[in-house]
Amino acid sequence: MEQDWIWGLIGGLLIGTGGAVYLLGNGRIMGASGIIGGLVDGSGRNTAWERILFLLGVMVLPVALMPVYREVDTHLTTNLWVVVAAGLLVGLGTRIANGCTSGHGVCGISRLSPRGMIATVAYILAGGVAVVFFRHVLEVI
Amino acid sequence: MRHIIALIAGGFFGAGLFVSGMTDTTKVQGWLDVFGAWDPTLAFVMGGAMIPMAIAWMITRRRRTPLAGGAFPPPAPRRIDRNLILGSVLFGFGWGLAGLCPGPSIASVSYGGLGNLVFIAAMVAGMLAAPPLRARLDRAVPAE
Repeated sequence: MEQDWIWGLIGGLLIGTGGAVYLLGNGRIMGASGIIGGLVDGSGRNTAWERILFLLGVMVLPVALMPVYREVDTHLTTNLWVVVAAGLLVGLGTRIANGCTSGHGVCGISRLSPRGMIATVAYILAGGVAVVFFRHVLEVI
Repeated sequence: MRHIIALIAGGFFGAGLFVSGMTDTTKVQGWLDVFGAWDPTLAFVMGGAMIPMAIAWMITRRRRTPLAGGAFPPPAPRRIDRNLILGSVLFGFGWGLAGLCPGPSIASVSYGGLGNLVFIAAMVAGMLAAPPLRARLDRAVPAE
C-alpha cells in the first residue's frame, strides 16, 4: 500500500515515545530482548513487575487498536521448523549481543552509541543474507 | 509509579509496532530483501522512532534523575567485542528467517496465532541457553 510509509512513520514515532517514557520515567533503556531476557533467566528478578507490566502494555494495546485498524495478519511462515530455528537464533543472538532492534537499534543509535550502530549494521546484513539465501537460493521462505 | 510508567511505555511500544506494520513479517522480510520487491517501511519506522528517543537522550543530560527516581543509564560503553558482533549476526539471521524480532512477537501475541507462540517459546529457549553458552565461549576463546 502507498500509505504504508506514513503508518510506518506514525508507528515509529509511537515506538520512540514509548522509549522516551521508559527512559525519562524509569531511567531504563527500552530493549525488548533485555526486558524479556531478564525475566527468563532471572537476572532481572528485582525489576520483574516493571518488566511484566511493560510486556503487558505491548500485548494489550494492539488488541485495543484492532477495531480501528486495517490489517492484523502477521503472515508468519507455516513451516514450524523455520519458526523454531528463527526463534532460537533470535533468543540466543540477542542475549549474546545484549540487545536487539529496539535496544541497540532505536535506543542505541539515537544516542550515537558505537555498539548500537555496529550491532545494527551486523544484524541487518545478516538478516539480508538470510532472506536472500533462503528465499532466492533455497526458496524455502 | 515505576509500574505505571512501564505499562504506559509498553503501551506506546505495542501500539507503534502494531500500526507501523512491523508485526507483519512480510514487511520486515520485504525490507531485508534487496533482490525482491523492496519495502522501505522499516526505514521510516526506525527513523520515526529515533526522533523522540534522541530528544529524550538530550533531556537526560539536563535532568539529574528520572521521574520515578533512580538514575539514568551510564554513558554508552564504546567497546566493540566479539560477542556483540557474533550475537548480532545470529540474531539477524533468525530475524530474516522468520521476519520477527522480540518486540513484535510479543505485540502480536493476541493475533499471531500458534506459529507466533512457537516462535516465542523457541526464543525463550534460546535466551535460556545464551548465558551458559556465552560463558563457555568466553572461557574457550576470550573476547579480547
